[in-house]
Amino acid sequence: MIDFDHVTVTYTDALAPVLSDVTAHVPEGELCLVVGGTGSGKSTLLGTVNGLVPHFTGGRLGGRVTVAGRDTRDHPPRELADVVGVVGQNPTAGFVTDTVEDELAYTMESLGLAPDVMRRRVEDTLDLLGLADLRDRSLSTLSGGEAQRVAIGSVLTAHPKVLVLDEPTSALDPAAAEDVLAAIQRLVHDLGLTVLMAEHRLERVIQYADSVLWVPGGGAPVELDSPAAIMARSPIAPPVVQLGRAAGWDPLPLTVRDARRAARGLAGTLPPAPPAAPSTAGDDLAAIASAVVVRYGSVVALRGVDVLLRAGEVVALMGRNGAGKSSLLRVLTGLTRPTSGSVSLGGADPRTLKGRELITHVGLVPQQPGDLLYCETVADECAAADRDAAAVEGTAAALLARIAGDVDLSLHPRDVSEGQRLALALAVVLTAAPPVLLLDEPTRGLDYPAKARLVHVLRGLAAGGTAILLATHDVELAAEVSDRTIVLADGEVVADGQSREVVTHSPVFAPQVAKILQPLPYLTVADVLAVLP
Amino acid sequence: MTLTSAESGLTQRLRELQPLPRLLHPGAWWVWALCLAYSAMRTSDLVLLLTIAAVAGVVVSQRRGRAPWANAYGLLLKLGLVTVAVTVLLQLLIGVRVPGHTLFTLPSVDLPHWLQGLSLGGPITGEAVLNSFAAGLRLAVLIACFGAANALAHPARLVRILPAALYEVGVAIVVAMTFVPQLAESVVRVRAAQRLRGRPITGLRGLRGIAVPVLEEALERAISLAASMDSRGYGRRAGRSAVSRRVTNTLLLAGLGCAVVGTYQVIGGTDTRTLGVVLLVAGTLLALATGFLAGSRTGRTRYRPDRWGLPEWLVVACGAAVAATYTFGLHGAPPGGLPWAWPALDTLPFMLTLVGALPAAIAPPVPAAR
Repeated sequence: MIDFDHVTVTYTDALAPVLSDVTAHVPEGELCLVVGGTGSGKSTLLGTVNGLVPHFTGGRLGGRVTVAGRDTRDHPPRELADVVGVVGQNPTAGFVTDTVEDELAYTMESLGLAPDVMRRRVEDTLDLLGLADLRDRSLSTLSGGEAQRVAIGSVLTAHPKVLVLDEPTSALDPAAAEDVLAAIQRLVHDLGLTVLMAEHRLERVIQYADSVLWVPGGGAPVELDSPAAIMARSPIAPPVVQLGRAAGWDPLPLTVRDARRAARGLAGTLPPAPPAAPSTAGDDLAAIASAVVVRYGSVVALRGVDVLLRAGEVVALMGRNGAGKSSLLRVLTGLTRPTSGSVSLGGADPRTLKGRELITHVGLVPQQPGDLLYCETVADECAAADRDAAAVEGTAAALLARIAGDVDLSLHPRDVSEGQRLALALAVVLTAAPPVLLLDEPTRGLDYPAKARLVHVLRGLAAGGTAILLATHDVELAAEVSDRTIVLADGEVVADGQSREVVTHSPVFAPQVAKILQPLPYLTVADVLAVLP
Repeated sequence: MTLTSAESGLTQRLRELQPLPRLLHPGAWWVWALCLAYSAMRTSDLVLLLTIAAVAGVVVSQRRGRAPWANAYGLLLKLGLVTVAVTVLLQLLIGVRVPGHTLFTLPSVDLPHWLQGLSLGGPITGEAVLNSFAAGLRLAVLIACFGAANALAHPARLVRILPAALYEVGVAIVVAMTFVPQLAESVVRVRAAQRLRGRPITGLRGLRGIAVPVLEEALERAISLAASMDSRGYGRRAGRSAVSRRVTNTLLLAGLGCAVVGTYQVIGGTDTRTLGVVLLVAGTLLALATGFLAGSRTGRTRYRPDRWGLPEWLVVACGAAVAATYTFGLHGAPPGGLPWAWPALDTLPFMLTLVGALPAAIAPPVPAAR
């Protein structure tokens, strides 16, 4: 269905090709997962399938990409719209119309299909993706998971043979991600669609894949093989695979269910609990929110929430979208005035703090780290951070080097990789050395190595006495880094306790290792490795 | 047969007569609203102006949709009231002195002779207050009519009925309409982030910190929108040559331009009205003909196009009846401004204005929420 024949892509002004000599054949009806680190050329590879690379992005394409018999060199993206459906990383940015039904019809209108055909296909697609209740809704009112399904539906109505998805679940909470993946699964099974999907969160998708296209980046050859074969040797692997490798299981399990079967022997040999990690939590209270109520009109975002943060403690804040996580972060930083209740940051009310005073009390890395950045180069950004915080010159740059290693300081902050941009925002915030650090969804678009580095940095900060509150959907990250987990639902705290106790038995928040070794309270591969002989 | 059963039989009959719930063609609502707005422009009779606003309000209350913008009438009505207050206040302070019944006298300032006609303070007459109130009210009713049109049919739906030749313009309008709220949202977000960087969010320095990330994000959004449109077949099979496209676009815009100028002269109601009518008719015909010819060759199709049936004709006819009333002199506005007297009810135009409220019953009801 998709043929890559010695494909080499070089962008204008680039020294080396992003992809070199890629040859692979994705057969019809397969769900092929594209796996690779950040900046390895995954998105470029996806772009070549419908000709966006190079027709839209520029650059030079060597070799040949053929989709359903059409050569992308002679067919610009619009002439491939009836065979390839593409959904980008941010689905809302690709919406052209303003209601769900119109959006579903848009591609068909461009293709010039007959009105009765369009009507029928829209109805089919609404049912197929479970969107029937949303048909009249304005696109701006959709939640992340709904928007993602509408975006998939909007390309599906053209009855393409190939669906290309770039990180369809990375911005979604676990439940919404399940919805989207179930829909994709149905498309592959019922319609025989060929799906090419890139995703960082392998723990969510690897069990659905028929094959994996491994893009190592850095000019190394691309490989197409079965998921088990690639996972056996890939440096990027979900926890279930890492555990399987560590325990030497053969065949290597890819799903929690297979792993649980393989783990029967292992579970018997493990001690009833992993050795307790030394906690860095101190006794000083860094932040107190007591009986905080936040309401926006008739919507109650927080209903009397009590949260304590101790110095040196890492707390994960979990809950579905709209549960009140962002409101809590906003209250703690003084961006939102609580309707009632009080907030104290080491004795100070964040509402009364301004400018330099505020940033030396609390730091927040927002969901889109780019919001914090406004200079033309990374070096300027660091210098500005030093000035804002009245820190010694070079503080921010030194922090950045510690967090992210070598970053080209002359680059524009928008041109560095996702992980480096997060590191830059973190460095900017940490320049003022706030005793309380808040992070909102820090792992969007981060690959496993970047996440591991983030975990290392956060643990280091906690050891230095910083209180860290981390709002996240990423259960694996929360398991790795947090001492304590708070779960919010409908603006109320429904669980607050040691992470090990809170997440072990939750079907939604349990990390893969906990699911495999249930009921033993092991959360991460490191926990298991520590007790394995 | 008891009275109640006769009554229920009657309601049953009435219900059968009513068309099935569906959304009325947005064009019909906008024509109807334009007719009301035009009528408001042609009168300064306070009772009639208020009647027009009430007529629009009744129809909106019965036939508006469920979307968020369906509150447009109420919002714009409030804006209209502010307009009235401002107009009257300005007239009191610096308006032209109108002779008549003095209500009270404000301390006045003598203005230099080259500002002849204007005054600052001085005696305030009832006529002055009344006439400025009428002028303000006229503007308020005009705004309310616009609000009614928005509440009944969102402009985005209006864009959908543009002729295929103007398709690109329509896409641009819809994109712009969704772009503005997104921009506002990203300004709020970036302002919060900049505050958390300990940076000023006001003044010139603050502006830079906010504008740069917001504009960068807008640019990125625009690029991904373009990529998405390209991969979804936008601009495919454009069949026509660039020259023929340019010719049709020019003719179409010329036609629409003529129609706009014509409308302006008709409303202006001066001695050029005949020319205005000719321009309006000729321009509309030209635009329609070009649009139809070009539209038949674009290779695009329309999903669930809005239908134009009997209810649409009736709604337009109601609007036209009101507009005709005010065109042919029945508008009861004395040429020298309103006298200082209790406004009298001009029965015939009043009754004819009420015809404008009929769409509240004859337009098909809005489909129920699912």
